Amino acid sequence: MPESFDVVVVGAGPAGSAAALVAARGGLSVCLLERGPFPGSKNMYGGVVYARILDDLIPRWWEEAPIQRWVTKRSTMVATATQSVSIEVQADAWGRAPYNGATAYRSEFDAWLAQKAVDAGAVLVTDTTAVGLLRGPGGQVTGVRTDRPDGDLAAQVVIACDGVNSFLAKEAGLYSAFDPGEFTLGAKEVLHLGHEEIDRRFGLVDRQGLDIEMVGVTRGIPGGGFLYTNLDTVAVGVVVNVEALAAAKVRPEELIAGVKAHPTIAPYLRGADLKEYSAHVIPEGGYNVMPELVTDGMLVAGDAGAFCLAAGIFLEGVNFAIGSGRAAAEAAAEAIGRRDTTAAGLAGYRRRMEQTFVLADHKKMRHAPELLLSERMQQRYAGLMCDLAEGLFTVTNPAPKPGMLRLFRTMQRRHKVKLADLARDGLTAWRTFG
Amino acid sequence: MTIDLEPPSAGPPAAPAAAPLAPGAPLPEPGAPSAPTSISFEDRMATVEFRVAAEAHITVDSDVCRSCTTKACVSACPANLFVPTSDGGVLFNYEQCFECGTCYLVCNHEGAISWSYPLGGFGVVMRHA
Repeated sequence: MPESFDVVVVGAGPAGSAAALVAARGGLSVCLLERGPFPGSKNMYGGVVYARILDDLIPRWWEEAPIQRWVTKRSTMVATATQSVSIEVQADAWGRAPYNGATAYRSEFDAWLAQKAVDAGAVLVTDTTAVGLLRGPGGQVTGVRTDRPDGDLAAQVVIACDGVNSFLAKEAGLYSAFDPGEFTLGAKEVLHLGHEEIDRRFGLVDRQGLDIEMVGVTRGIPGGGFLYTNLDTVAVGVVVNVEALAAAKVRPEELIAGVKAHPTIAPYLRGADLKEYSAHVIPEGGYNVMPELVTDGMLVAGDAGAFCLAAGIFLEGVNFAIGSGRAAAEAAAEAIGRRDTTAAGLAGYRRRMEQTFVLADHKKMRHAPELLLSERMQQRYAGLMCDLAEGLFTVTNPAPKPGMLRLFRTMQRRHKVKLADLARDGLTAWRTFG
Repeated sequence: MTIDLEPPSAGPPAAPAAAPLAPGAPLPEPGAPSAPTSISFEDRMATVEFRVAAEAHITVDSDVCRSCTTKACVSACPANLFVPTSDGGVLFNYEQCFECGTCYLVCNHEGAISWSYPLGGFGVVMRHA
């Protein structure tokens, strides 16, 4: 007889730990499986944790969460090889409770959240890979097989939070169409600079942090670059469509080198030493490419369910992981209480997410990935914006100022931007962000 | 009048004259670009902790690879684990794998790359990611 739990959660990332925490608090017996030696050891991201979703789960979480810096400045940068236009937003409120976004090392943040689940009564089992699903006579999921001897674990509900490559979701047949073009590769370098030096170079004090998102720095490969500050390190990297990366035959670390050498970025990083290089795949396709999220006896949350919002100006994942994990645990508790863990009994999962940001944001921004990764956005509009801005502020004396309209027409021709495209993309952007 | 707004000629950005270096940071080589000096790929991978399992979690069927003209895995793998061989096949080293999945996503030959996660507790351990 395999060991038995009400809920087995596979993967102790933010989705899995949030699911385990909520399920354990709901009085269910919970096993939280993690294949790494500790939660977070397999996890990497391009960013920022927006943890508002934790407010009611872990009151005053900001007093204890192991964060690096609070993001008080965030900059969106559009670039060509020699120019950039940035919109930087700075808000004092983001630097005090209840805060907005934070940089954090996933090895610390994920381990902290997993410990919350353990404190609530979940059994965390590390160093253990789930290698397959256990099925009942009707095909329903009844547990998971692990790579430990006699390692079968029975469960009334399995919550698969096994990451972007989710072998469990695939084994369960939940990915009807699996398109590699919907995935991006994130690769980054964490560079040591020292706390004071980072404060000085980026104009920060104490735990204030900066996040820069860039477009136009990936040699025409659809994607973007990022830079954000940790306490004494800076993370800099790229996120690029995997198929386009392969087609371009450019190596990921060369793209990072390109970002680091950009004239806007290079002075920030002078003399910095590489502390750690890392890479991870991201499910960026959004709403339109999400797998089925529910089957008999199993729910899918976090990256495994493609809950990663890559909508250009918004780049969020950890919050969607936590939100989906919570909803999964609530739906599992409800289904177990009603003794119906079929897909119909677990339907509360999707309903919960539709009522909150988890699916509502994704649905609203479902056209964002194709728009933002389009060649127009990545190259033509980026070039147009940079040349317009440079032209606007280049003094042409003794000639009088050309005026915006004339500049626009010149640059529009130079970058082969069609007004019809601009209008259509503008409308899509309005529907996405409006 | 003409509006000449061509961007200035491209080239490596000039290193700003004198700027503070982080305490203890190495001085840049004379003539080096202003970005951090590039390091060898071996040194790059040496910054990452790997707990190497006895058994490979990824296997590559080099026979299939011989018929592959793109070999997309070779350039796309962030850990540079795929090496083309002189006979048209692909050599693969699983030991420094990030377990990211890029290789099988870009592979266009069914069955060339068999991919799974390493035995629990083994593989990459990221500390500052």
